[in-house]
Amino acid sequence: MKKFLAIALCLVMVLALCACKTGNNGKDNNDKIKVGVILVGDENEGYTAAHIEGFKEAMKNVGISEDQVTWKYVIHENAECYDTASDLVEAGCKIIFSNSYGHQSYMVQAAQENPGVVFCPATGDTANVCGLPNVVNLFPYTYESRYVSGVVAGMKLKELMDNGTVTDPYIGYVGAYPYAEVVSGYTAFFLGIRSIVPEAHMDVMYTSSWFDLNKENETAKALMARGCVIIGQHADSTGAPSAVEAALAEGKVAYSVGYNIDMLKVAPTAALTSAQNNWSVLYTNVLRDFLDGKTMQHDYTAGYNDNGVMISALGSSCAPGTAEKVEEVIAGIKAGTLHVFDINTFTVGGQKMESYVFDFSTMNADYTAVQYEGQKIETISDGYFHESVYRSAPYFDLRIDGITELTDTSN
Amino acid sequence: MIHISKRVDFTLFKGKAAGLNRYVGWGVRLIAVLLSLVVSGLIIFAITRLNPLKVYGVMANGVFGTPRRTWAWLRDLALLLCISVGLAPAFKMRFWNIGAEGQVLVGGLATAACMIFLGGSSIPSVPLLILMAFAAMAAGAAWGVVPAVFKARWNTNETLFTLMMNYIAIQLTLFFIPKWEHPKGSNTVGLINAVTNRGWITPIVSADAISKMDQNAWTTQLIRNTVGQSYFINVLIVAAITVGMYFYLCRSKHGYEIAVVGQSENTARYAAMNVKKVIIRSMTLSGAICGLGGFLAVAGADHTISTATAGGRGFVAIIVAWLARFNTFVMVLISAMLVFLEKGAIAIASEFSLSNDVSNIITGIILLFILGSEFFINYEIKFSKRSGKGA
Repeated sequence: MKKFLAIALCLVMVLALCACKTGNNGKDNNDKIKVGVILVGDENEGYTAAHIEGFKEAMKNVGISEDQVTWKYVIHENAECYDTASDLVEAGCKIIFSNSYGHQSYMVQAAQENPGVVFCPATGDTANVCGLPNVVNLFPYTYESRYVSGVVAGMKLKELMDNGTVTDPYIGYVGAYPYAEVVSGYTAFFLGIRSIVPEAHMDVMYTSSWFDLNKENETAKALMARGCVIIGQHADSTGAPSAVEAALAEGKVAYSVGYNIDMLKVAPTAALTSAQNNWSVLYTNVLRDFLDGKTMQHDYTAGYNDNGVMISALGSSCAPGTAEKVEEVIAGIKAGTLHVFDINTFTVGGQKMESYVFDFSTMNADYTAVQYEGQKIETISDGYFHESVYRSAPYFDLRIDGITELTDTSN
Repeated sequence: MIHISKRVDFTLFKGKAAGLNRYVGWGVRLIAVLLSLVVSGLIIFAITRLNPLKVYGVMANGVFGTPRRTWAWLRDLALLLCISVGLAPAFKMRFWNIGAEGQVLVGGLATAACMIFLGGSSIPSVPLLILMAFAAMAAGAAWGVVPAVFKARWNTNETLFTLMMNYIAIQLTLFFIPKWEHPKGSNTVGLINAVTNRGWITPIVSADAISKMDQNAWTTQLIRNTVGQSYFINVLIVAAITVGMYFYLCRSKHGYEIAVVGQSENTARYAAMNVKKVIIRSMTLSGAICGLGGFLAVAGADHTISTATAGGRGFVAIIVAWLARFNTFVMVLISAMLVFLEKGAIAIASEFSLSNDVSNIITGIILLFILGSEFFINYEIKFSKRSGKGA
């Protein structure tokens, strides 16, 4: 009977706390709020390390102490995630975060059963359409920092072409999967390069993994063998930069642009910069709204204007004038005078894109019916594609001219 | 100085600890568990300066602290037990089936395929679940029977064969994931039928029905915590298989044949048993039960498919089956302990902000002691007075 009593008590407490929430007047309740964080890895894994760092920063910003936070490390993307989320609810957490895309559906499952708790699957894409008020997605404007890292690469490419070292402005990109997030990222990177070197062209090769040191290394080598002189990446390991560094040491002309972490440690001469996310901004915004008792938005985003994204320190191999150019581009993005997906800078199938209606509905398992009904929205207006505006997760999935996908694992 | 000799094996087919009185055997194992707890306690204290008793308390609370946690424990226990029970006929036959991982995976694949492609059909839920279960068993049986046929006909090495079949199963899963991925490009299948819950094992009595009952009645609470739980069915299915397998192995003609083939194929042949038939039949059964494990994992817990669906349980189950000496009731105890350790480890890691590796150390120590205790159960150590040549 004790257990039943415990459940009953838990329910009463949950309901009582739900009732409290509306009357939550900010800081007074901060020290009572419990927060859960579900992580796909631990501090030894770059992607999760960036999230942990960002979250700790956010805790400082909003005044949440370490003992209010329950960390759950190495939680797999299966029923374990649902168990963990339900467990955190039972432990009294009122807001629960998860950091991997695959956690999302389990978080939504738990959100359905616990309307009094806010669930925040980071990098997820269904908060807006699943019809639950207590689901929140967060995703920074990574495409902005990708574009800027492309500008850095473009400056280098221009230098190499001006001094005659390189005649073919050929770029290679090590991608994880043909997923909208990756497509959006490599297109932004490419447009950044093309803003400096208009005749540049790029090949994308997929590794079918978010993190595979050897495969990323081999893919980078394969791209260099095809004649690529700049290697970009959307995969989480240091495999590609170290391959480029080795090739450079052997006398090949090749430079690397990384992602997530500073690559100068593994590629001191080959690494130009890395596109990075500053997760603390998004975590701070979500936590602040929650603590202030505001109605939660479904999507939280932040770009250069809010310090949500950045590039890592420029490497010593960067072309002269890069830092100034980067300043100028960032200022343009911030001022809204420069748009990454400006329709005058790219074509699809030889045509300028004047209109692109994106259907935000999600489909059922065999893609025969709609699962969550979403809006159909015109994403191009005012002369540019509005990325991450109608949903935080990227949805730019156009294949633009000048980029060739070499392997397509989806077929 | 010291003689080590195998204890005389009196009881061949009963699955008892050979030689030693079985109660003494269990006593030795109990002492091993207690000793391992003491040693882990010392190591916990040395590394983390935490009170070991408190750590064990957190483990227990992490596993049994709430009814939901207890049910999650029962669910994982049922899955591990199902696979272990599936391995029992193969191992008792001395057929080293290292392929449970793959058999679970193809069972899961078959289940997921049914959920994806029949989820939108008009088949009612219960027949759909039964169909899924049979599809999973057929897939698992197919994975198990291939090495068995090769072993029976050409005497191939089943250890390598079944091991390699795991890799084929993993590659097959990797092949289907991009085909079934949801959403496109994400390379994960995601929660299948998240909205309709088609093909999910759901509680016998739904939450809605329970909410309409008299909330104060003890019967309502009983229903909520038994048939109102979706994992209740998982537990029920595995309990039935466990009991059934016990009687199959110990009381049936088939079970006797398995034991004889396991001890000596020549004896079996001399007794006019069809050894090939026994091998193929037992491995079909073994694979089918492991395949059903895949069904439980996909329809009854994860509702998705990935290469991690089997999660190494196919290998852990080998330890369970081996430690239990193919006695399915003993397997219940051992899987219960292993799942407790696994879940408890996660609880301490999160409570004390330790890396999961620390808790894996504890699990490792406990397993080492238990496996080590088998040595003392199987072998006698005699101290002789002669010196010199004796050792």
